[in-house]
Amino acid sequence: MSENSPICEPCGLDTLPGPDGEPVIRLVDLEKTLDGKKVLDGVNLDIHRQRITAIIGLSGAGKSVLLKHMIGLIRPERGQVLVDGMDICRLSRKELHHVRRRFGMLFQGGALFDSLTVYENVAFPLQEKTSLGEGEIRERVLSRLAQVGLEEARGKYPDELSGGMMRRVGFARAMVTDPEIILFDEPTTGLDPIIRNSVLNLICHTYHQHGFTMVMVSHDIPEIFQWCHYVVVLHDGKVVEAGPTGEVVQSVNPFVQQLIRGDIAGPVHLM
Amino acid sequence: MITLAETIGKRTLQAIDHMGRMAIFLTGTIASLPFPPYQGRRIVKQVHFIGVKSLFVIVLTAAFTGMVLGLQGYNTLREVGSEGLLGSVVALSLIRELGPVLSALMVTGRAGSALTAEIGIMRIGEQIDSLESMGIDPVKFIVVPRLCAAILSVPLLTAIFDVVGILGGYLVGVKLLGVNAGVFFGGMEVNVEWNDIANGFVKSVVFGLIIAWVCTFKGYFTGRGAEGVSQSTTSAVVLSSVMILVGDYFLTSVLL
Repeated sequence: MSENSPICEPCGLDTLPGPDGEPVIRLVDLEKTLDGKKVLDGVNLDIHRQRITAIIGLSGAGKSVLLKHMIGLIRPERGQVLVDGMDICRLSRKELHHVRRRFGMLFQGGALFDSLTVYENVAFPLQEKTSLGEGEIRERVLSRLAQVGLEEARGKYPDELSGGMMRRVGFARAMVTDPEIILFDEPTTGLDPIIRNSVLNLICHTYHQHGFTMVMVSHDIPEIFQWCHYVVVLHDGKVVEAGPTGEVVQSVNPFVQQLIRGDIAGPVHLM
Repeated sequence: MITLAETIGKRTLQAIDHMGRMAIFLTGTIASLPFPPYQGRRIVKQVHFIGVKSLFVIVLTAAFTGMVLGLQGYNTLREVGSEGLLGSVVALSLIRELGPVLSALMVTGRAGSALTAEIGIMRIGEQIDSLESMGIDPVKFIVVPRLCAAILSVPLLTAIFDVVGILGGYLVGVKLLGVNAGVFFGGMEVNVEWNDIANGFVKSVVFGLIIAWVCTFKGYFTGRGAEGVSQSTTSAVVLSSVMILVGDYFLTSVLL
């Protein structure tokens, strides 16, 4: 993979654009304690517009917590979360809801509503938050379902879907409102390699079509390096490495190298 | 000794914190009621779940409660030669106390526990976070319809409980034990006042509020995993039941 223009080989499309783009989200000195444990400890981070950023780290490193800070689902004890320069931690509930319209989010298990069908789940944000007519909603939902290859499953309920299908429905729902930024919380965890690659492929295809800003928490190391422009390595609530994918892969930080190689021996002793 | 004092202090602070969070939760829910979007369709759905689906258990409980009242009342009143008051005793017991309290307790057991479990599962399955991420207020979407539905359903169920209970008392008192039907209903007409019905209604509205408030709160702030949901469900049923019984005493003191 070239340092400046990662090649999106797996999805068979042209090379991804280089790792530029001005920051759309800035995290400044973020601190958060949960259940007496400091989960985020002075995190400073830039998320670049129209680029894919992967956040990696050990389980419990604070990756999902960090992601939820970006959309205001968790408020920090200290620090700022700036979305286009606006600190969302200082916003009222109503203002925050307004900012969240710019976001789509795919949760770990899909977070689909059990009592709604696949179609209804994807249509839900449009029905609740827009004034679109039923025809337009239908058109948009079916187009998104076709994009994730689930048009035929539109009448099914979440408990009739496999893990991979649930993530794809969650993804269709996250992008149905045409957000600027999509956050993915472990979109491929627990999936077999073929489905995992198909989900990543889908994310990459969607990126090429719409140019969303994407932030992805992932455990798929080293595969994830083929699908992102930037990598952030989180350890014990701190950013230990962040930058263009090529630079992070070449990092001399022993923890980063242990994480990338999956070595048992290294600075982190789990056993 | 210090450890004991620390434990008591810690528990007290936790209890105060819990009560404070419950009060904020209720205030926030009530404050959001006048503002759109109005959840009419979801309220109707919840009325069906809380009200219609509780009908069978309410009718069954009411019938047997009325029958027991008829039996016990008849035997007690016969000792003082006042069997004619049976209708009044059955009706007043049901309308003033047993109807609102037992209906509320049955709704807590049948629907309240389900509300907590449902919302708790939504919380641990990140469905509530998902609503927030879409810019939808989860309190408005999840809590408000259930609160409105409980406040509407519990008084209606209580009214049904009262009527069925009186019919149960009538069956035992008049049909089984031979009290005169005219005396049974005549005594009821003379002794039951609108005030009694109004008091029962006020109680049932308050109990409906308590059930929805406690059960949605416990589900909304459930602990982690299946164990967290199970603990929240148990705690919601226990706390709702206790609050109904304690609330009944204070409401009776005020309304009498």
